[in-house]
Amino acid sequence: MRAEAALGRTGLWLGIFLLSVIVMATAADWGFAAHATIVAVVAFALMVMSALRFDPLGRAQGFFRMPEGPSLYDDDVVRWGVIATMFWGMAGFLAGLFIALQLAFPQLNFEPYLNFGRVRPLHTSAVIFAFGGNALIATSFYVVQRTCRTQLAFPGLARFVFWGYQMFIVLAASGYLLGITQSKEYAEPEWYVDLWLTIVWVSYAAVFIGTLVRRHEPHIYVANWFYLAFILTIAMLHIVNNLAVPISFLGSRSYSAFSGVQDALTQWWYGHNAVGFFLTAGFLAMMYYFVPKQAGRPVYSYRLSIIHFWSLIFLYIWAGPHHLHYTALPDWAQTLGMVFSVMLWMPSWGGMINGLMTLNGAWDKVRTDPIIRMMVMALAFYGMSTFEGPMLSIKSVNSLSHYTDWTIGHVHSGALGWNGMITFACVYFLVPRLWKRERMYSLRMINWHFWLATVGIVFYASSMWVAGITQGLMWREYGPDGYLVNSFADTVAALHPMYIMRASGGLMYLGGAIIMAYNFWMTVAGHQRDEAPMTDAPYDPDADRPIVQPTPSTVPAE
Amino acid sequence: MTAYETLRHFADSYGLVAMLVVFLTLCLWPFRPGAKHHNHSAAHSIFKDEQDGQ
Repeated sequence: MRAEAALGRTGLWLGIFLLSVIVMATAADWGFAAHATIVAVVAFALMVMSALRFDPLGRAQGFFRMPEGPSLYDDDVVRWGVIATMFWGMAGFLAGLFIALQLAFPQLNFEPYLNFGRVRPLHTSAVIFAFGGNALIATSFYVVQRTCRTQLAFPGLARFVFWGYQMFIVLAASGYLLGITQSKEYAEPEWYVDLWLTIVWVSYAAVFIGTLVRRHEPHIYVANWFYLAFILTIAMLHIVNNLAVPISFLGSRSYSAFSGVQDALTQWWYGHNAVGFFLTAGFLAMMYYFVPKQAGRPVYSYRLSIIHFWSLIFLYIWAGPHHLHYTALPDWAQTLGMVFSVMLWMPSWGGMINGLMTLNGAWDKVRTDPIIRMMVMALAFYGMSTFEGPMLSIKSVNSLSHYTDWTIGHVHSGALGWNGMITFACVYFLVPRLWKRERMYSLRMINWHFWLATVGIVFYASSMWVAGITQGLMWREYGPDGYLVNSFADTVAALHPMYIMRASGGLMYLGGAIIMAYNFWMTVAGHQRDEAPMTDAPYDPDADRPIVQPTPSTVPAE
Repeated sequence: MTAYETLRHFADSYGLVAMLVVFLTLCLWPFRPGAKHHNHSAAHSIFKDEQDGQ
């Protein structure tokens, strides 16, 4: 770096540092001051680094053994994204296990910073936006370069997208623990963090679309359609749902631009499409690239993938009102949400079948390749939760399931089974390629991860089905006198064993992820485990010979 | 009629039909005559890079 550039950069960081110190001193509430402190610390560190021309990023790249020298594709951001996916995944799973245990053992609610109400959004945001979001950023940058046969447009901006997104995660997560929230589910960060995310997200769209524009392939592969839908729709949802007026420009609080039932509908229009376009469209993009790649076969039907795409786009956006059955929302809107949710079942299953049938003629790989096995399980859970979802959206079913743990079970069969499994499979696919290794450190550890995760999900989902239906039935039970039979505390006591089962399922899922982290680390370090292959047709050289002379039978014939 | 009513009547008549036509056109587009070869090459495009050798 030239001296003037280094000086300019130091000046820039100094300016941001001084500004955040002023904000810290004049903040209206201490949460805003705490966030200003975080920004000040980061700006100070970056200022010192640019002044000393100290390059910790280069050191970290050495630590993580990132391949040096010119790579044909710009994969540095992808490597950072995979590391961040692993890190935030572990943090998010651990937070999930902790809150699962809090529900079973309320003594674990450490007031005020670590009570359930504050750690729960930490968990949901960590797994959805930090784990899932980093996986999406990393894989989208990987896939868009490969399918367009070109390098990332705006490499500097791509790095800003990655690090800016980490800054968003840190501000959001620390905010939850400090009690800064606008109380919108999956959109808890306050106005200033939302503004920051908007800047990062628009940059993300610019990098992605810029790369598409400079492609060398005439056709844009369908995975990129899904990524693009994910990026553009999330931008729209994020901006509209977070329209708010801050109480003070130096305070963390704001008022939503909407009120009452309009606010609720906007929130669930956002909330359900976060599921539809973040957790579905984005991860389907991963599916449409990585499943054919790992199977070595093209997608079963390209036509079906296009029908899948347009049906998701046209149907998903209307399904949100099913979160507001039997509320103040007009009846027609509830019915609309229900009908569109039920219609969504077909394209979802079309996509699942498309993914599974890609393995046609390569089904033996399910037995020999644990990565393929993970992908198949992910698709199976995609199919299962996209059947369960439409079913739960039917009003009569919803009257039993709403507000119960059934919803939690449904979300987790989708999140752990579909999003988690497909992400793990993609990370296992990516790590050897990104770090120029022959294969993962251990295939057998992938197999262990697969089984721990699968059994963990089974524990989770089945215990939450039982818990949810128990809860729903107990809540609605009337006695002959016309009064409710059970108090709320009765249902909590009845669910205690289910909560313990759920936590043990979560522990298994976390255990699988720990094995993955070890496997990841050893692969990056350049080791290969000496292990027996996954399948082996037994061969015994002693037995592999003709019968030379028949030995006479010792037992005389009668 | 209020703006709201004008818009909602448009939405559940011409708007709805227009959306449906656009949706069906997009879904049927890959089935147009002559698209078979195009779909085939698009599905195989992700494997092209494996033959280049790096």
